[in-house]
Amino acid sequence: MSIDLKTIKHISKLSRISVDEQKADKLADDLNSIFKFIEKLNELKTDNVEPLTSVAETNLKLRTDEVKSKDIRDQIIKNSPQDNEDYFVVPKVIE
Amino acid sequence: MSKNKSDYLINRKDNQYEVVIGLEVHAQVTSESKLFSSSSTKFGAEPNTQVSLVDAAFPGMLPVINEFCVKQAIKTGIGLNAKINKRSVFDRKNYFYADLPQGYQISQFKDPIVGEGKVILDMPEGQKEVGIERLHLEQDAGKSIHDLDPQNTFVDLNRSGVALMEIVSKPDLRSPDEVSAYIKKLRSIMRYLGTCDGNMQEGSLRADVNVSVRVKGSKKLGIRCEIKNVNSIKFMQMAIEYEANRQVDLIEDGKSIDQETRLFDTKKNETRSMRSKEDAHDYRYFPDPDLLPLEVSDEFVNELKKNIPELPDDKKKRFIDEFKLSPYEATILVSDIETSKYFEEVVAKMGKNKDMKLAVNWITGELFAVLNDKNLEISQSPVSAKNLAILVNLIKNGTISGKIAKTVFELMLDGDKDPQKIVEEKGLKQQSDPKAIEALIDKIINDNREKAIEYKQGKEKLFGFFVGQAMKVSGGKANPQLINEILKKKLQ
Amino acid sequence: MSEITKQSLSELVKNIKDKNLSSEEVTKAFIDRSEKSKELNAYITENYSSALENAKKFDQKPNLELKLPGIPMAVKDLFCTKDIRTTAGSKILGNFVPTYESTVTQNLWDEGAILIGKLNCDEFAMGSSNETSFFGNVQNPIDKNLVPGGSSGGSASAVAGQLTPVTIGTDTGGSIRQPASFTGTVGLKPTYGSCSRYGIVAFASSLDQAGPMAQNVKDCALLQEVISTYDPKDSTSIEFKRNEYSKELTNNIKGKKIGIPKEYRVEGMPKEIEDLWQKGIEFAKDCGAQIVDITLPHTSYALPTYYIVAPAEASSNLARYDGVKYGFRAKGENLTDMYEKTRSEGFGDEVQRRIMIGTYVLSSGYYDAYYLKAQKIRKLIKNDFDEAYKKVDAILTPSTPSSAFKIGEKKDDPVSMYLNDIFTVPVNLAGLPGISIPAGHDTNGYPLGLQIIGKAFDEQSILNIAYAMEEKIKFKNKITDWWIK
Repeated sequence: MSIDLKTIKHISKLSRISVDEQKADKLADDLNSIFKFIEKLNELKTDNVEPLTSVAETNLKLRTDEVKSKDIRDQIIKNSPQDNEDYFVVPKVIE
Repeated sequence: MSKNKSDYLINRKDNQYEVVIGLEVHAQVTSESKLFSSSSTKFGAEPNTQVSLVDAAFPGMLPVINEFCVKQAIKTGIGLNAKINKRSVFDRKNYFYADLPQGYQISQFKDPIVGEGKVILDMPEGQKEVGIERLHLEQDAGKSIHDLDPQNTFVDLNRSGVALMEIVSKPDLRSPDEVSAYIKKLRSIMRYLGTCDGNMQEGSLRADVNVSVRVKGSKKLGIRCEIKNVNSIKFMQMAIEYEANRQVDLIEDGKSIDQETRLFDTKKNETRSMRSKEDAHDYRYFPDPDLLPLEVSDEFVNELKKNIPELPDDKKKRFIDEFKLSPYEATILVSDIETSKYFEEVVAKMGKNKDMKLAVNWITGELFAVLNDKNLEISQSPVSAKNLAILVNLIKNGTISGKIAKTVFELMLDGDKDPQKIVEEKGLKQQSDPKAIEALIDKIINDNREKAIEYKQGKEKLFGFFVGQAMKVSGGKANPQLINEILKKKLQ
Repeated sequence: MSEITKQSLSELVKNIKDKNLSSEEVTKAFIDRSEKSKELNAYITENYSSALENAKKFDQKPNLELKLPGIPMAVKDLFCTKDIRTTAGSKILGNFVPTYESTVTQNLWDEGAILIGKLNCDEFAMGSSNETSFFGNVQNPIDKNLVPGGSSGGSASAVAGQLTPVTIGTDTGGSIRQPASFTGTVGLKPTYGSCSRYGIVAFASSLDQAGPMAQNVKDCALLQEVISTYDPKDSTSIEFKRNEYSKELTNNIKGKKIGIPKEYRVEGMPKEIEDLWQKGIEFAKDCGAQIVDITLPHTSYALPTYYIVAPAEASSNLARYDGVKYGFRAKGENLTDMYEKTRSEGFGDEVQRRIMIGTYVLSSGYYDAYYLKAQKIRKLIKNDFDEAYKKVDAILTPSTPSSAFKIGEKKDDPVSMYLNDIFTVPVNLAGLPGISIPAGHDTNGYPLGLQIIGKAFDEQSILNIAYAMEEKIKFKNKITDWWIK
């Protein structure tokens, strides 16, 4: 199996990372060598193996339904790249 | 049992088409705090004031699940006669959007908390069963606001992380009317359970509508389109109508239908393709490694089962058996939990010698008209159940006539007044003294001797005239039954 | 009394408790040395002035009951620290100042420790040489232009160079143990669920664990005892009986069964590693342990499995860095454009590479072949350990397949870089505790480490074995302070 430039473009789109031609070539090379190494897993037959869900062998703990977090808008907005007192602001969304 | 006498068909030159509809309903779970964080879920707060570090996806923040939301989902599952899965898994649904701070939505993909179930609809032509495919828990997204600024989109994360139940139906619905009945039934069940307030204006209940068409009689499902995020029953019906006709037209023109996501434009009353979103539809679901599988014990589920209130279907059956209501009346009274509560309170307050029919007529007639007129919920009714019960009893025991009762009812609206008092204060008590009525009638016959003769000669229609005169002269207070009896005697 | 910065944590604690030293003196000593050690580039953010203030405050009202009374400490810059910039070694968080504190660091401050700075690391902990940090390479105090290992490279360098008495790092595939091994220090990766992940910038949620790094095993035990707490804010945090590891530490390991897995004898393993391992076996025997040959049949599949699971989780964990809420944002014509430019400019090459791998293995049509398959093999790897632990109490292996390498040597070859973690990764995949202790030197005089892997929740046993072996090994780090002019 080999990862071509079209696939690189597709996954860069999915992961929202822009990739120019040069970078795409390099990525394709890197990913191909990594996947060549990953292909080793194909040696194993795993049809009857249950996948691991978590190494933490414990039950999911449930929290009680209480409002504990107060209005911390200042803290929430503080680090946002574009200043606004009330909202997060992003470039216009084009539908 | 499902009679399925659906007659919603789309006719074209040579073909009759059937519409096949399935719904994915998103119902906001009624809870104080969010699904995986402890911030408030209250509606209508100032933007970004109900956002925790978890909701805004700050680095290193982790989800911790709300037990109450889990219970709410299971209760809803029980209400939908569905299988409760003792083990369910939370997955991440990955996509980028301004109002999705984590870059993924925590949802349940392969192993939902609730499996198959069913809902019974009361259609005019009989009952219809609609299959439930599944119910799962997931996080709501925030809100993008596009019209506050020409260059920018503003994001409010107050809703981000609020618990939703996605209830997926089987493609069992066949008409806009059935869709309406289905949504109303779901809402009714959830309101009985207290698991979702069903408020569509506030977005607590919305649906993605899957529509396909096929030539009637065909067993094969057509290619479906999904109409995203429709937030009223009326719009759902309009969208289905438009979409089904669009698909039929395409087929008739020999064109193919693209399986796609569409948007309903409420202003233009049409559905539009959302192709821009299609390209990136690869959600890369995988189990959320920040959470473990959710396991619930039999005890946990049984405890919830024990505390499930009487649901609309059972209540309806009881109303029919116990109160001898017609199925139609019972359906109306149980459709909304508040209505059924009101009705049961009226019944309780009427005491032993009660007139069930009369009570039902007053609730579904006068009271509903007033609520409709004033745009009120029954829980906000200006007339309490107690006072309505007294009014019905006053009619039943002959203290006032039905007609006077309407006057009394009007007066009750102002501050939920006690009808007994109104009757006394205004002197509206029915005249039931036969002597007095006889005198009154004698006078009327005397004043209208010619008409009395005409009546006796066979113009029987004039009987109504004399009743009317008697009521008029008595100011409406004369007991109509007595008037009838005495008039008949006198005019013989 | 020896020079302050040369003292171990235990010595410092004793000297402060005995009032031989004040917190201010100790803090100042480590700050001074840190100031003189800029060439190591161990720090991303310094917190010196406020650390001194805190030290003075401590001295005014010293609480000597605490476990870390007035002890200055620098921590990996992957732990969110309230009001102090936290970057995860990335440009995308270059200006991020948390308003909250991670549970693990809070535990440190609650026991009296004082933050002196945030330590360099590979970007989002993705790397084995600290070369992927946006804030530059870290020098290994052992030798100039030698990598300190990674991802907790700044932490390892700072401990080995005595810029901080002890530190905490995080370990997803070896990020504590490998740099510990490269710098001649001790590093413990605890059982998954032992230390809370709350407030730690996530790399791969099912593998990440915070852990202590120190000059010796005892210090490591004390620090582990402080940072390991059950935390309801982390759904994967586990409630179990946590020992007072330092108090219960013993060098009596007589009769302990230590397994030697034959699969770790990998092809092309340098002889010096093989020899080190053999030496380690002899030391363990000297301590009274019983050596048992065991098999972990799926070992060779661990690294490929890891390079599916970790990037998959990372691709999703790092989706939140989108320029909307915090951190770096590039200018974009519209939302999508802004996302793509922000992430392309904000993430470095290795992070982008791993996000791409992760996105690919989760994408439609590949999930079963990669991610699901990897989780199945992960189960097999865990089963291997479960089987082995029916026969032994702990497992002894080399920590790394080589000693530290030169800066730049493996930078352009991701696969050879990944092979660094071949002995450490299985431990993360199975969620087990593992400790690396320095055990010898290669021909260049560079340190080499041995790894002791324990049963889940049995940190005490591996700390005891490490403690006993440490006594026999008598390791001495060869550090010349070459960077101090």
